[in-house]
Amino acid sequence: MNERGQKILMKGNEAIAEAAIIAGCRAYFCYPITPQTEIAEYMARRMPEVGGVFLQGESELAVSYMLFGASAGGVKVFTSSSSPGISLMQEGISYIAAAQLPVVIANIIRNGPGLGGILPAQSDYFQAVKGGGHGDYRCIVLGPSTIQEAVDLMILAFELAEKYRNPAMLLADGMIGQMMEPVELPVFESTPPPTVKGHEEWATIGAKGRKQHLIKTLYLDPVSAYNLNLILNEKYRKIEENECRFEEIDTSSKMDVLIVSYGTMARICKTSLTMLAQNGIKAGMLRPITLYPFPILKIRELAERAKVVVSVELSMGQMVEDVERAVQGKAPVRFYGSAGGLVPNPDQVTEGLMKILKEEGVLR
Amino acid sequence: MKVTIFKRPESLTTAITHYCPGCTHGVIHRLIAECLDELGLREKTVGIAPVGCAVLAYNYFNTDFQEAAHGRAPAMATGLKRTRPDLIVFTYQGDGDLASIGTNEILHAANRGEKITVVFVNNAIYGMTGGQLAPTTLPMQVTTTCPRGRDVKLTGWPLRVAELLATLKTPGYVARVSVHDPKFTIEAKKVLKKAFKFQKEGRCFSLVEFLSICPTNWGLTPSEASAWLEKNMIPYFPLGEMKLPEEF
Repeated sequence: MNERGQKILMKGNEAIAEAAIIAGCRAYFCYPITPQTEIAEYMARRMPEVGGVFLQGESELAVSYMLFGASAGGVKVFTSSSSPGISLMQEGISYIAAAQLPVVIANIIRNGPGLGGILPAQSDYFQAVKGGGHGDYRCIVLGPSTIQEAVDLMILAFELAEKYRNPAMLLADGMIGQMMEPVELPVFESTPPPTVKGHEEWATIGAKGRKQHLIKTLYLDPVSAYNLNLILNEKYRKIEENECRFEEIDTSSKMDVLIVSYGTMARICKTSLTMLAQNGIKAGMLRPITLYPFPILKIRELAERAKVVVSVELSMGQMVEDVERAVQGKAPVRFYGSAGGLVPNPDQVTEGLMKILKEEGVLR
Repeated sequence: MKVTIFKRPESLTTAITHYCPGCTHGVIHRLIAECLDELGLREKTVGIAPVGCAVLAYNYFNTDFQEAAHGRAPAMATGLKRTRPDLIVFTYQGDGDLASIGTNEILHAANRGEKITVVFVNNAIYGMTGGQLAPTTLPMQVTTTCPRGRDVKLTGWPLRVAELLATLKTPGYVARVSVHDPKFTIEAKKVLKKAFKFQKEGRCFSLVEFLSICPTNWGLTPSEASAWLEKNMIPYFPLGEMKLPEEF
C-alpha cells in the first residue's frame, strides 16, 4: 500500500476528482449534473495545472464516446455523472465493455426514476451491477461508505479497469459526494503514468512499423460474436474469483440478524448495530465494498449462523435480490429500506429491524 | 523500360470490396488513401468507422481504426485527438449516421473546432438497412419508408450539412464535392487533400461532403445513377468550398 499524506478536510466530490489525478488520470470528459458537478468544476481547474485534458461535452451520450475514443488511444480516462446522466451513457458503456477498454466512471446517485430529485439514493444498483446497457456484460462496481474510502476505491478503480481492460464504476450517492470529511490522500513514490500499462499492444496510436490496431465491437460472423461473449464471460469469472471485497462487523458468532448494507446506508447501520446490541440483540453486518463482484460466498457462509438476513438499502429493494441469491434459503431474507431522497436515521433503521425481528419470531 | 504509372496506395489494403457494384465508397476510400500517402500521414493516422455501409471501412485502410456507434464518430474522434494531438484523426460517415442520429455530435465537434477531418458521404438514402428515407433524401425521391416519394410537408426538406456547418463562427474548412464522374473526382481529391493538410498543420476542423451514388438502393444502373446525381443532387446540394479557415 502506498503512503498517506496529511489529513485534510475535503468535500466528497472534490476528493474523488483529486483521487483520479493521483491515480495518474490526465483525461476527464464530463457533462454537468447535480449532485456531482463539483467533480467537473474541480477538474476544470486542476486538469490544466497537471497538463491533462478537460472537456465538457455536448451530452452524456457524446461523453461516453469521448471516453471510448481516448481509451482506445491507451490513455487513462475518467468521467463522473449522476443517475439520469449515467442512463444516457449506457449506450457508450456497452460499447466500451464490448471493446474491452479501461474506463473509470463515477455515479453520484440521485433519487429517481426519471428526473427524480437531487438527493442521495441507491436506486441505480440494478443498472450498475447487472450491466446497464444492451448485451451480456458487466462493469466492476465499487461502493464507498466514507470519503476516505471513495478516494481509495477511485485508485482501485483505475487499477482494476487497467488490469481487466473493463469499465469500472464508483457507485456513490449524493451524501458521499456532498459532505465534507477528513481524508488522507494517498502519496505514490512516483506519479503513475497517464497511459494504460501495455497499451502499445492494442491501442490505436498509429500503425508505424506494425499491422493495424483495430478497436471494434461489430462481429457479423456468429462464431466470432459468440466467442467474444465467451472471452468476456471468462474475464468476469476471474473478476468474481479474485476481486471480491467486503467488510465484516460482529459476524464471528451466531447472529440474531445479519445486516447486508453498503455505502451511506451501511454507515447508518453501524450505529444501528450498537443500538441493537444495547437491546441485547446479536447483530452483525456484512458490507459489500465491491457490488460487482458481489460477495455471494461470504454472505452464504454467514447466513448459516444468522436467524434472519436483512438487506438495508436506500432504494425500494434492489440488492436484496442478490442477497437472496447468495443466501439460497439458508435463512429468511428480508428487506428494509427507504426510497432515495429521504435518508432514514439510525433510530428509524433500528426500529425497522426490530419490527422485522418480531415478525420473524426472533424477538417476542 | 517499365514505369509504374498507377498503383495501389500504401494506405489501402488488398481486401476484396464488400460494396455493391457501381458504389462510389471505393472511390472515396482510394482518395483518402492517396491523400494520406502523399502527405506522409499513414503511420500516424487513425480512422473512425461509422455505422452504415462503411462500417467495414477498417478492412480497406492500412491504418489504425476505431469503430463507432451510429452517429458518434465525431465524439470518439474528439476523445482521441484531444488526448493524442499528434495523431491524424478522420471520421468516415454516411448521411444517416452524420446527418440524422449524429447531428449533435457533428455540430458540436465542428463548433468546438476539433482538429479532425470528417469525410461525409451523402448518397441521399440509407444503404446498409436497404434504402430508407435519409435526412438528405430529395423531395419526391422514393425510398422504402417514403414509398410515395418524400413529402416535404411531412418530413421537411433535405438537410444541407455543409451549408449548416459553414454558418459557424468557429474557424473550419467545409466543402462539398462529388465523385459521380472522373472530372469531379479529380477536383474532389484536391479538396480532400486540403482538408487533411489543414489537420496536419494543426489548423482547424475540416469536413468534406461527398455526393455519392447508390445504384442498388436507387434502383438504377451505375451510369444512370451518375446521371441522376448530376441532374437531381447537384442543383440541391451545390458543390464548392463553403467555408475557409481564417487567414487562408
